[in-house]
This record gives sequence, structure tokens and C-alpha cells, in this order.
Amino acid sequence: MEPKSPLGHMVREVWPLIILSVGLLLVVVVIQSFGDRIVSQSLTEGLIRLVVVIGLYIFIGNSGLISFGHIGFMMIGAYATAWQTMDPMTKDIFIPGLPAYLLANSHHWLIATIIGGLIAAIAACISGLAMMRLSGIAASIGTFALFMSFYSLYLQWSTWTAGQSSLVGIPVTTTPWVAFWFCIVAMIGAFVYSRSKFGLALRASREDEVAAKAAGVNVTGERVISFTLSAFFVGMAGGLYGHFLGLLTVDTFYLPMTFITLSMLVVGGMQSLSGAVVGTIVLSFVIELLRKAEKGFSLGETSISLPASSAEVGLGIILLLILIFRPSGFTRNSEIYWPFKPKVAVTEVTHRQS
Amino acid sequence: MAFALQVLMNALSLGSLYALAALGIGLLFGVLKLINFAHGDFITVGAYALIVPSAATQATLLIGDFHPLILIPCIVVVVVILALIAEFLVFRPLRNASPATLMIGSFALGFVIQNILIMIYGGRPKAVGIWSDLSLGVELMPGVEVPKLQLIIIGVTLVLMVVLVLFLTKTKYGVHMRAAAEDFRMARMLGIEANRVIMLAVAISGMLAAAVSMLFVVQTGILDFRMGVSLMLFAFIATVIGGMGSLVGAVVGGFAVGAVSILLQTFLPSEMRVFRDVFVFAIVIFILLVRPQGLVMSRASRERV
Repeated sequence: MEPKSPLGHMVREVWPLIILSVGLLLVVVVIQSFGDRIVSQSLTEGLIRLVVVIGLYIFIGNSGLISFGHIGFMMIGAYATAWQTMDPMTKDIFIPGLPAYLLANSHHWLIATIIGGLIAAIAACISGLAMMRLSGIAASIGTFALFMSFYSLYLQWSTWTAGQSSLVGIPVTTTPWVAFWFCIVAMIGAFVYSRSKFGLALRASREDEVAAKAAGVNVTGERVISFTLSAFFVGMAGGLYGHFLGLLTVDTFYLPMTFITLSMLVVGGMQSLSGAVVGTIVLSFVIELLRKAEKGFSLGETSISLPASSAEVGLGIILLLILIFRPSGFTRNSEIYWPFKPKVAVTEVTHRQS
Repeated sequence: MAFALQVLMNALSLGSLYALAALGIGLLFGVLKLINFAHGDFITVGAYALIVPSAATQATLLIGDFHPLILIPCIVVVVVILALIAEFLVFRPLRNASPATLMIGSFALGFVIQNILIMIYGGRPKAVGIWSDLSLGVELMPGVEVPKLQLIIIGVTLVLMVVLVLFLTKTKYGVHMRAAAEDFRMARMLGIEANRVIMLAVAISGMLAAAVSMLFVVQTGILDFRMGVSLMLFAFIATVIGGMGSLVGAVVGGFAVGAVSILLQTFLPSEMRVFRDVFVFAIVIFILLVRPQGLVMSRASRERV
């Protein structure tokens, strides 16, 4: 059924976005209705991860380059946000190296989170101008080197980051609903970007770099734009994460976090927003189940528990199986389709691959 | 002069470790177009194989107690078997996948290996002292004393490199392997059996990893499930700045990264010294930008259109 009214057309245009938002809303409402505090904490963590994965999708999905560096931007965003929201008294003790303005003032968490995202975006823009001239595998390893240099910088920069100890006293403001709204904003951002002329140009370069260049696409420039935009969302997710945990350590933002978020994107389907969302939701449930199983559950008389770090092993094995048997992910890299078949046969094939 | 020699020895021994690890990565990249993120974890497994599998905080030597002539082959066998299992279970099913997929696959494999190690041995670092008398000093010339181990590391690396070069140039299988690295499809058309060449490359890469794990664990005396990862990162960087797919490049890159690290370590003012790795990575990014194809150009590194 082809929609007739302009409104119908609009609905059809943004159909994947509507379905994903409603689906996510349902997930949040159902889980929240349990009313369990621990469950709701896992929910918040999952939603923050979703923002990260959507951010990853903006770059990886549209450019086709694998980035191992985004968790570095998450770290930058997290610390930048914490610098603004912590109590000035605590800042004096833990991170006395901050500039005088930051030491004396604090911002509202929402403003701080947005500024944190912007700082991550600026870092991404500057490094991207250099990094995005590389292609393929060299670009991936470049992002890895970038990540490691951010990581070791923050680990040693103790007057600003408390170094190898943890930064405590960050106000806890991230509730499931806050994280949910950030997810929605990130989804809209990702959706609009990938359908804008920038996103289309970048996707053209993903399919064939040489042809895209020949057609006048400034590949490096488009990549920098998407790198920056994705770092903005990932950085904000970092800010949310700090205000969810209430404390920050540099080690939080290391390879396990990189691995978990990247596998969520790959398992769902790297090249579609639906893939990012579906992958995150499915793997979050799997991780929670395995974590439960690590703690042990009773089966009749006997109680069984899996050994520690089974969740990680399970996650890795799932990722390997997906890569081997279904490399385009659960969603096969396409968005959720408009469900109504046209009444008359249309000659044009409406295969909308994202 | 004495000081310069000391610094040179430090740079050479660190560079040797990086070069050996980089060779293992470079070899697989040449044949399989695989960036093996799990290579560092092969190295870690080689070191953990020395002790009895248990989560106890105190490490008890198992293979580590054997006579060196038995110990070394045992470790090599363990790592090579692990590498071959990885080839069968992961790399072979992904043979026709894109390089990006392969890269994520090996990343996942490394993650799984690390967490299995935590499962078996626990997450805490353990001290393991084998052959600790090797860290005693030897006087090279008046006033210059270097640990015996440094000389051994450099010596072992030289020997392994010579053997590898002889293997690659003088034996039938070595020539097959170089042909496969040059142009895999053409090599297959000329009758080279793909699986055999790849398995051989994987096995040699495993042997090199075993050598690195022995040298490294004797040097540090500590087992940590992340010990291979940091080595692997530097080795990666070595292969990239050396030029992907070129074995000479991997060695050159390894020594270059080792030299830069030691020079920064020696000459940075002490308050900046903690930021050494930041500088190393920054230099790497710079080299990548100036010469994205690497210091040594190889045919395999060019992406074909």
C-alpha cells in the first residue's frame, strides 16, 4: 500500500526510526515494570552502550572502515563531563591540575554532557584530519594507535584524570529514562545523517572508493565529518557513563569496552541503524544472562554456576559464529522495511538497503 | 661511549623482541591478508604454559621445571598447536571474508583466549622466576655491563632471522610461501596447495610467538593475561610502519620502534618519561601519514583497484 497523503509519505520515510524507537520504548517500559533496582541499572548501562554503538555505526556503518579508537573518544567525553560537574571541593583534592575556572565552577549535567561530547568531537576532528587520509587496514590500525595514545596519556596525566586511581564523587544523574532519551536523539542523528547528502556520499565511498572519488566525492572530508559526528555521540555516552557509575577509571575505557561495543554492532549488522539497535539489545540480554549464570542459579536441588568471565568468552564465541555464518549480521545490513506491500505490481524494485 | 653502547644494547634487545613479534604478524599478513590481533595472546599462552594450570596466586612451575632442551620444544609445541587450532576453527572458515571481517575475527579470538586464561589461571599477575641467573650482568668492555639476557635475546633473534631467511629462500616450501604472499591466486594456479602453505605460515608464526614468550617471560619474570597485548601493539605498529606484507619491513619497523622507545626513555626529561608511549604512538601516526605504504614498500601492501 503506497501512502497517499504527505503525512503518509513522511511516515514511510522515517519508518525504521519509528519502529526502532517504539521497540526500544517497549523494552524500557517492560524492564522498568519489574521495578528491580539491579535490573534497572543493567538497563541503564545497556542504553548507554546503545548510544556508543549508534555512534560507532555513524562512522563504521557509513564509511566501511573499522575503528578501534572510539572508546578513546568515550573516555575524553567522560572525563570532560566529569571535570564540569564534580563538586569543586572534590576537584581540589583529586584533580588539582584543572584550570582555575573549572576548579571553581560546576555546570548542570546536561550542559556538561553536551560540552563533553563537543570536546570529544573536536578531538576527533583534529585527529581525523590526519587519520582519515589512510584507507582500509591502515586506517583501522591508525585508530588503534590513536586509541592507545589517548589511553596512555590519560593514564599518566594524573593532575587532570587522577591517573591510575579512580576519580570519585561524580554526581549520579543518569537514570534509565535519561539514557533512553539520549538513545532516541542518537538514533535520529544517525538516521538523518545517513540519509543526508554527506551520509550518501560517504556510503558511496564505502562501496567503491575510486568510483566515488571519480564522481567528485571528497572522501577524506566526508570521513572526517562522520568521524567527528560519531565521536560527538560517543563522547556524550561517555559523559552519561561517568554519571551512571559515579566514578571513573581510565581502565574502564580499554579493550573490553571496545570489544563489547564493536561486537554489538557487528552482530546486529554493521551497515544499518537497525543492526546497531538490534545487536545491542540482543547482546545486552545475552551478557546479562551469562553474568547471572556466573553468579549461579539453582536447578532443582543442585546449583550450577559458570566460571568467571564466561560472559566474555560467550560473547567472543557468538561474535565468531556470526562472522563465520552470517557476516552481515542479524539484520543482513538492511533497515526494517515498510511492511505494506503495494497493491499494484510496481516495476521498480524497492530494495532499500541502508 | 660506554653510555652510548649501553643505550644501543637496550635498543637492540627491545627492538629484537618487537621484530620477532612483528615477523610473526607480518608472515600471516603476507599469506592470509590477516591482521592477527590474537598474536599477542599466542605469546601470552606460551608464557602461561610454563606453570601448572590453577587459579592459585602462587605459581607452580610445570613445564618451566624441565631441562631447557625439553622445555623449549614443549612451549613451541603448545603455541603451534594453539595457532593451528585457531587456523582450523577461525581463520579457515573466514578465508574468503573481507580483511575487515578477518581482523574483527582475530580480535574476537584474542578476547576469547584472554578470558579463557582468566578462567583457568585467575586474573591476577603471577611471579614466575625461570633462569633468573640470566639477568646477571656481563662486562662487554670496561665500564659497560649488560645483562646476559640482552645478549641472548639479540643472539636468538639473529639466529631465528637467519634461519627464516634461509627457509624462505632455499627450501621448496619457503619459496611456495613467498609466492603465495606475492599473489595468492596465481600461486594456486601454478599448483601450490593453499592449505599447506597457510598451515605452514601459521605454524611458523606460532613458533616465533613461542620464542617471544620465552624471552619475554624470562626478562620480566611476571605472568599477566595482558602481557602479550602490549607487545603485540608495538609489533603491529612495527609491521605497519615497516610496510604491511614486507618481512624486511617488519624487522626494520621492529627495531625502529624499539630504538624510538629506548631513546625517548633515555633522553626525555624525567617528568615527561611517563608519557613515553604517547610519544611513540604519536610518532607512529606521523609516519603513517607521511608514508602510508610504510618504510619498505611491498607489492602486497598496495590495495588493488
